[in-house]
Amino acid sequence: MRKALPIALISLITIIFLGRLAYLQLIDDSYKTAAIDFATKKVYDYPQRGYMFDRNGKLLVANQPAYDVMAVPLDVRPFDTLAFANILNITPQRLKLQLNKAWTYSPRLPSIITPQLTKKEYAYLQEQLHQYNGFYIQKRQLRDYQTSHGANFLGYIAEVNQRDLDNKPYYQSGDLIGRQGVESQYEELLRGIRGVKYYQRDNFNRNIGSYEDGIYDTISEKGIDLTLTIDIDLQTYGEELMENKRGGVVAIEPSTGEILALVTAPNYDPDELVGRKRSKNYTRMWYDSISKPLYDRGLQAMYPPGSPFKIFTGLAALQEGVISVNERVSCYGGYSYGRSARMACHGHSSPVDMISGIAYSCNSYFAQIYRRTIEKPETPQLGIEAWSKHMKSFGFGNFLGYDLPAGRKGRIPDSTYYNWAYRYPTYKWYATATLSNAIGQGEIETTPIQLANAIAAVANKGWFYRPHILKEMNGKAIVDSVYNVKNETSIDKKYFEPIIEGMHDVYKYGTARYLGVEDIEICGKTGTVQNYAIVDGERKQLTDHSIFVAFAPKDNPKIAIAVFVENGYYGARYAGRIASLMIEKYLKGSISRTDMENWLLSRSLEDEYAKPYSGEPFEINQ
Amino acid sequence: MGWANIYSTTLTEENTHIFDITKLYGKQLLWIGMGTFLVILVLSIEAKFYQRFASIIYVLALLLLLGLPFFGKTIAGQTAWYSFGSFSIQPAEFVKAAVALAIAKYLTGINVNLNNFKDQLQVLVLMILPMGLIMLQPDAGSALIYVAFIIPLYREGLPSFYLVIGSIAVAIFLTSIKFGAFYVSGVILLLALLILFFKRKSKPKYLVYAAITAICIGFSFSTNFIFEKLLQPHHKDRFELILGMKSDPSGAEYNIYHSKVAIGSGGFFGKGWLQGTQTTGGYVPEQHTDYIFSAVGEEWGFLGSSLVVLLFCFLMLRLWFLAERQKSTFSRIYGYSVVGILFFHFAVNIGMVIGLFPTVGIPLPFFSYGGSGLWGMLILIFIFLKFDASRMEL
Repeated sequence: MRKALPIALISLITIIFLGRLAYLQLIDDSYKTAAIDFATKKVYDYPQRGYMFDRNGKLLVANQPAYDVMAVPLDVRPFDTLAFANILNITPQRLKLQLNKAWTYSPRLPSIITPQLTKKEYAYLQEQLHQYNGFYIQKRQLRDYQTSHGANFLGYIAEVNQRDLDNKPYYQSGDLIGRQGVESQYEELLRGIRGVKYYQRDNFNRNIGSYEDGIYDTISEKGIDLTLTIDIDLQTYGEELMENKRGGVVAIEPSTGEILALVTAPNYDPDELVGRKRSKNYTRMWYDSISKPLYDRGLQAMYPPGSPFKIFTGLAALQEGVISVNERVSCYGGYSYGRSARMACHGHSSPVDMISGIAYSCNSYFAQIYRRTIEKPETPQLGIEAWSKHMKSFGFGNFLGYDLPAGRKGRIPDSTYYNWAYRYPTYKWYATATLSNAIGQGEIETTPIQLANAIAAVANKGWFYRPHILKEMNGKAIVDSVYNVKNETSIDKKYFEPIIEGMHDVYKYGTARYLGVEDIEICGKTGTVQNYAIVDGERKQLTDHSIFVAFAPKDNPKIAIAVFVENGYYGARYAGRIASLMIEKYLKGSISRTDMENWLLSRSLEDEYAKPYSGEPFEINQ
Repeated sequence: MGWANIYSTTLTEENTHIFDITKLYGKQLLWIGMGTFLVILVLSIEAKFYQRFASIIYVLALLLLLGLPFFGKTIAGQTAWYSFGSFSIQPAEFVKAAVALAIAKYLTGINVNLNNFKDQLQVLVLMILPMGLIMLQPDAGSALIYVAFIIPLYREGLPSFYLVIGSIAVAIFLTSIKFGAFYVSGVILLLALLILFFKRKSKPKYLVYAAITAICIGFSFSTNFIFEKLLQPHHKDRFELILGMKSDPSGAEYNIYHSKVAIGSGGFFGKGWLQGTQTTGGYVPEQHTDYIFSAVGEEWGFLGSSLVVLLFCFLMLRLWFLAERQKSTFSRIYGYSVVGILFFHFAVNIGMVIGLFPTVGIPLPFFSYGGSGLWGMLILIFIFLKFDASRMEL
């Protein structure tokens, strides 16, 4: 017993150890992955971000190198702080602060001392850098904009923030990510595939050689070049015309749904959000709560569409069979529909039918046919539902589904909305209560791109492709189940003929008779929208918004356009002119009416926008 | 004897290249070279010399330990070294051999009987003196080694009573920490009643039973006090980690966790010599000393590490066999002590590295870096081999 016990003990312990080793080394795999995680460091090789071209192959967005000045604090030897700070174009205090921060982060690992030097700054620094131990340069890619327009849909790139890091495991701290516009929407295409090199590292995180001779390393792949549907010349022209005004212009190619121009005003130069100046400029624009340059009015601003909406009122009425094309309705300078309720109209010849009704933009005519549409079924609820369905089939009242990250639903009221608003069934409501809808006021709100898309559907006589901005990837046309599918509206093709005829007559004898372009058959519709603002706690009416929709040419339409100019007064004044000039620019490539162009370029609405803030009583619609 | 020699040297050679990136590697080679001379020296001295001068060697060893507070060099808070230029000597490593000799000598004395309480006490004093001095350094790990002498003492007739008490105490201590004194006391009471129930026919001494049970329960309750008040926080952490009451891979568990990662990532064949990512990366602290086995595990895999374990096992069994065949009581007891010390090093160190035992700073013989440890172990074993070689001379 006494002889055997120690032997047994030795054997027992040996067996236990062997068992434990077998468990650790042969059975439990978790330690193997942990070891790779601990022992390797991934160094990423960032590929070139994809370029962006316009529809005609003009380069819009390329890349440029920028240079971060890095330091490994342990390697830094005492140096002339003042001289070095001068080279880096920062204060000596800032330099010291950054070095202290770097030391706190890690004495052995590189930290950024000052980011994103330009090529010029870098060239000078490069000659001097050898005098400063522990500092080196790290190259990174920035965007290089070849255009100063289109910032709203191009977007920009910035370093990922904590939220991105939490939600998207692909990104590492310090990576760049697309923000807004195409940069954000097509981030995954543009960024390419980054390469990874595994380095073996020690417990201080220093590199001690390549891991497993690089068998796990991957090579980076350049980002995909995108061709946008935008015509940058048209875009540029639109932005120039909209200078010193506020509003949005959206132009769409009806046959494809391609967005030709997406103008918001005021806008900014995309280069303002590149490199070191980005943060400062972004903050400035972010806090500009009055002109809101970061707000894409083309996509996000909800305006009452006004008279252009009569097109859709007319279409719905024809579809519901409540009026024939030729039935004439008298206009007595307005339409009285209740004890004291009267919708005013303006002077034009009377009576009008569908075609001349659109040409003259007769309020009475459309109020009456709208009323008939709503009153056709037994209850106004059912009437509104039918009408609402027609409107929504044009893409109103919901997100359009285009490939840009910003947007609003707009509003097309339905029976639920009015039941709620008028507290049905406690109170009843009738068609007349919603009569403003007939002329695109009241509860209706649309964004410029929704209106442009609906006009494209009119131009196509009953269908549209979802608007989109991506045309080609690496030179190959997109194959997509969303943007290559026709969306049919609920209106029969035959009903579009008289409406288009009316829109054509707008230019012949109607509200835009002075805006025609030689040799181009344009169909359009003006809009003048009353609007209000709360000024010092008081609801005040401001100068009307100027709105215009158009497409051209009449047969085989190439461009559909919607123009909103905030407080631009009547439709033909600003919006009509801008639409007319942009159509001419796009279809002809040059402008014949330079006087009209100069008038627009020289006009500013800033005075108009300053009125509500002046603190004094002001006149509107001058 | 020949095989043991080759055996130990092959192992030490393996040791040298495991951490060739450190400058310590050269030093260790020097220690090994000098160790060979030491071995020759040890073997050339008459076996009788060790037996005769055992007491004097013991006293000298104690004096060496005593001198440490006055002449020693402090490294990492422990005053455990005598410094000679760039080389330092840790006397505690040599004292083991001296104590082994002293105990052997004492037990060979006439009229010494380990069933005798007075003799038990005197042996205990022989052990406690160096233990206490080493504790003063403070180096709890090295002091703990002396518990290993239980093995030769047991072999020489120390009543099993002590072993049983020791095991019960350890069991109560650990279970009380893990499950709390109330549960453990309940189990003790239950066990006592069960035993009483089965032995009721043999007229048990109820009073003794009651006393033992009471002591056990009392100890269980005092565990908490010892654990919370007497142990230092990092000792407490080590117990809690091993009992699975706590997980803290980046703090207190850092060593063990990285050691397990290193070993676990080795797989069956290992990553190959100098290919270990954890080893070359230096993730396991003290990987060239106490945690050397993690490097073996990572770079040589299951194959290498189990080979090492088996070699240790065979070495110990072989030494035990050699001890058993000694004719002289003195060399027999000394042989048992050698196995005991070796076993304790082996069990505690590898147990710690593979996460089965609380962290105790005890090196792995022949593997861990450190000249004193290597020399001490060589002296310890080769004195015994000298005995074995000259066993026929008696």
